[in-house]
Amino acid sequence: MSNLFDLLVAGLATGAIYAVVAVGFTLLWQTSQTINFAQGEFVMLPAFLMLAAMQAGAPFWLAIVIGILLSLLLLGLGFKLLLVDPMLRHGVLPLAIATMALAIDIKEAVKQFFSAEASPFPSVVPAGDISLLGHTVSLQSIGVLVLAIVAVVGLTLFLNHTSIGHQMQATAQNPTVARIIGVPVERMILLTFLINALLVALASLLITPIYLAKFSSGEVLGQAAFIAAIVGGFNQVRGAIAGGLLIGVVDNLAAAYVSTQYRAAVPLILLIAVILFRPQGLLGRPEERTV
Amino acid sequence: MKSGILACVLLATIWNGAALAQGAPIKLADVAELSGGGATVGTNWKNGIDLAIEEINAKGGILGRKLEVTHADSQSNPGVARAQVQKALDGEPYVLLGPGYSGSVKVTAPLAAEAGITQIMGGEAAELTQAGNKFLFRTSFGQQSSMPKVAKYINDEIKAKTVAIVWVNNDFGKGGRDVIAKEFARYGIKVVADQSTEAGQADFAADVSKIKAAAPDAVFIYLNEEESARILKELKRQGVTAPLIGETTLVGQKVVELAGDAANGARGHVGLTTDAPIELIKAFREKFVKKYNYVPDHNGIKGYLAIYMIKATTEKMGKIDSKAFADTLHGLTIKAADEPGILMDVTFDQNGDIDRQGFLVEIVEGKQVITKVLPKLN
Amino acid sequence: MTGTMRYLQIALGVVVIAGLVLVPMNFNRYGLFILSQWAVMTIAAMGLNLTLGYAGQVSLAQGAFVGIGAYAAAIMTTQGAPLIAALVVAIILCFAVGWLLGYPALRVQHHYLAFVTLAFSTLAFLVFRNEEWLTKGIYGISNIPRPHVFGFATNRPLPFYYLCLGSLGLVSLAMWWLIRSPWGRAFLALRENPIRALSLGIDTRRYTLMAFAIGSALGGVAGTLYAPLTQYIDPVPFNLSLSLDLLMMVIVGGAGFFFGPFLGAMIAVLLPEWLRFTQGYYLMLYAIAVILLLIYSPTGILGILDRYLSERRTKTASALRAVAPSRLETAP
Repeated sequence: MSNLFDLLVAGLATGAIYAVVAVGFTLLWQTSQTINFAQGEFVMLPAFLMLAAMQAGAPFWLAIVIGILLSLLLLGLGFKLLLVDPMLRHGVLPLAIATMALAIDIKEAVKQFFSAEASPFPSVVPAGDISLLGHTVSLQSIGVLVLAIVAVVGLTLFLNHTSIGHQMQATAQNPTVARIIGVPVERMILLTFLINALLVALASLLITPIYLAKFSSGEVLGQAAFIAAIVGGFNQVRGAIAGGLLIGVVDNLAAAYVSTQYRAAVPLILLIAVILFRPQGLLGRPEERTV
Repeated sequence: MKSGILACVLLATIWNGAALAQGAPIKLADVAELSGGGATVGTNWKNGIDLAIEEINAKGGILGRKLEVTHADSQSNPGVARAQVQKALDGEPYVLLGPGYSGSVKVTAPLAAEAGITQIMGGEAAELTQAGNKFLFRTSFGQQSSMPKVAKYINDEIKAKTVAIVWVNNDFGKGGRDVIAKEFARYGIKVVADQSTEAGQADFAADVSKIKAAAPDAVFIYLNEEESARILKELKRQGVTAPLIGETTLVGQKVVELAGDAANGARGHVGLTTDAPIELIKAFREKFVKKYNYVPDHNGIKGYLAIYMIKATTEKMGKIDSKAFADTLHGLTIKAADEPGILMDVTFDQNGDIDRQGFLVEIVEGKQVITKVLPKLN
Repeated sequence: MTGTMRYLQIALGVVVIAGLVLVPMNFNRYGLFILSQWAVMTIAAMGLNLTLGYAGQVSLAQGAFVGIGAYAAAIMTTQGAPLIAALVVAIILCFAVGWLLGYPALRVQHHYLAFVTLAFSTLAFLVFRNEEWLTKGIYGISNIPRPHVFGFATNRPLPFYYLCLGSLGLVSLAMWWLIRSPWGRAFLALRENPIRALSLGIDTRRYTLMAFAIGSALGGVAGTLYAPLTQYIDPVPFNLSLSLDLLMMVIVGGAGFFFGPFLGAMIAVLLPEWLRFTQGYYLMLYAIAVILLLIYSPTGILGILDRYLSERRTKTASALRAVAPSRLETAP
């Protein structure tokens, strides 16, 4: 059925977006026990930084560089030093709540200092459509899908085949022991935050032309990312991409075949089902119950 | 104790009375959606109000007294709106402005009516003016006025026999959809697809897919501006060729900016638009852009009009009388020739609904073009 | 020393209660509305405090339970049923839903309840909005009547405020009794040292579930008062934001402290007023303040107070000990 194929492609396109946002989220959780409820806003912010740079007169390519650098600074280094480090000694829960407050902060700041209205955002990928097996697919969606795949493949290779990657994995599994055997744990954690900041900046660059730059666009993305991460597997990076694509497809199919009024409910029910029957997610490893 | 309270009340009344007599500023209270889902609506409304007040005060105010407004944030939440309106009413304003969200208007209208204060608001839901409230006034067409015009256009001009409706699932979108669905039924036009969408939705592939499969003669689109832009792009991408009709939001400047050439060919009925070829509106638009650095949407126009409604009514009465305000405004016709701030001639009926010129527009090469002027009924 | 402290505490309590009853008599309608709102939100926050502060679970669905209570009250009272009937329905319904939600989620790691409740929050909103036949959907239910209490009408703001205050008083007493009971002690044991609690034979999961279900039921109670307070409800207020607001209230006031919700709710309700001069920035400032507070004291304001008092007590004790080194003395 040609309709089904259309929906699948659209679902994969949306799902790729969720996947990229979910990857960073999973990474942070794995290596530093940070549940970042502000991940959606992290994806929304870099675009605004780039827009601000362009308003100040910078050409697009320079604005991109500035945006990425500011991202690394604010959302990577700043986030870790100012929020995560002081909070982590209090435990996972207060940090999670602090990120909720951070999400509100970022949203309101963008609304106040920039605009409550949506702004268009220029696209790196040419804004056209191509014909794929007789169906029109937007180039931008393909761009995001490519980024998602490259990100996950790149990260997996990095984590499994480089020395630093192994050190990061050790930090994730058992920071105390890792410290004992000489892994520079603090630096590894910082590296994770920087990688997340880079990912969200790239995601922002590719997603914002489609989503438009608006202060509230982080809400939907953030929630989709959590669901994707958990459904796919909270402790595996490749779980994020599986989860993201799955949620994107499920959402589209639900809208078409179930009911548009309840389309948002289907991923949620899927989430509850996964937590009930397979809490480690579809591709995840079973985690020990921490008491 | 009691006599003390009585003394305070007397003092307060005398104080207020004295204040009114001395040329003290006229107090207006505004409750608008300055945060939450309706932030763009409320912010535009507020900016329009502030611009109008600035203009009027620069010319000496109304009957020699300057205008003063307090803005309160309803957070797009009816419960908060109620609290803020209660607070505003406790301060005994001359007139209450806002909210814009129909749900917030519904919960606050009884309060204003009980206090005898006129409420000029931005909500468009049909039922607002059908509850017998003698103090509520619109600034734009209610959906019960605008939707029949759209349906008529779809029936008479496009001669569609089947139609698909796409609407945003909040009180704005659902209200419009319900009214127009009834109109379609009256004309015998079959609704072959009825898609609800979420505010803030970014992915319309599934919705457009369904519309395409239903192959309607026309598509009625009733979403907010950003979503309108997104669905227009998706409709173009999937090659839907049926005429696309909307109401105000579909054919706004913002949509054209965001959708690019996917917006070409979109048509709609518009009550208020900054693209109207009317000198007064063009002047307003320039002033707004100069002060705020962006082009307002129709909510900005509504806020601006509300203040000039107050000016015209007060000048007609010849005095500042909040009790007689509502009665004076009922049945009043304000002409743009007499009061330029009102931008277009308008008449208010006994229910608080407006009768004003409207437009049918089409987006041609990135610009809103008026294809037909729908004159005022009286 | 402690005797005087006790009398001081009781005296303070009496003054506060008297203040809450007498001072609002001179308030205007807005002031009474805000106070009533504070009372209602405190009830909901107390429920969340039970879940979060005493049992250590994050619930992001408290707003949804308030919604369930509100809709129960709205639907039933607009059909002519007395509010008390709606209250019973709300309590039973919220308790049951809480139990059903919590049962599977608590089998796994504790942060999963947060996500399940996050999902439920949105699901509840969707049901409120889409099931028009029951809830009138997005149009909402208007003209919710104010209840008659012991023959008194509560249509005017002051009597309704007393109803809210009275309900808050009743709920507080119930909570106080619960915390002091063996159950309550089990909750505290759970929070302080779950492993030890397990080794003592306490079924941690059962107690946690109980705490979550009771907490959710209290959310429903708050909802049944919210409906006649605003006299119009639609789905909009009962989304994730309300749950987050309630969470902030409990955290800022002090999770696990009995009076935490009171303080947190007061701050949440009054802060927009105090910060009104900051116009659009107040939400930002509030969020930043929350972050700073969390960094400094994750147990909220009452946590800071508690720490200060403990330090003073310790200092006093150390001073006493230093002064009389020859006497053997145990810490007070």
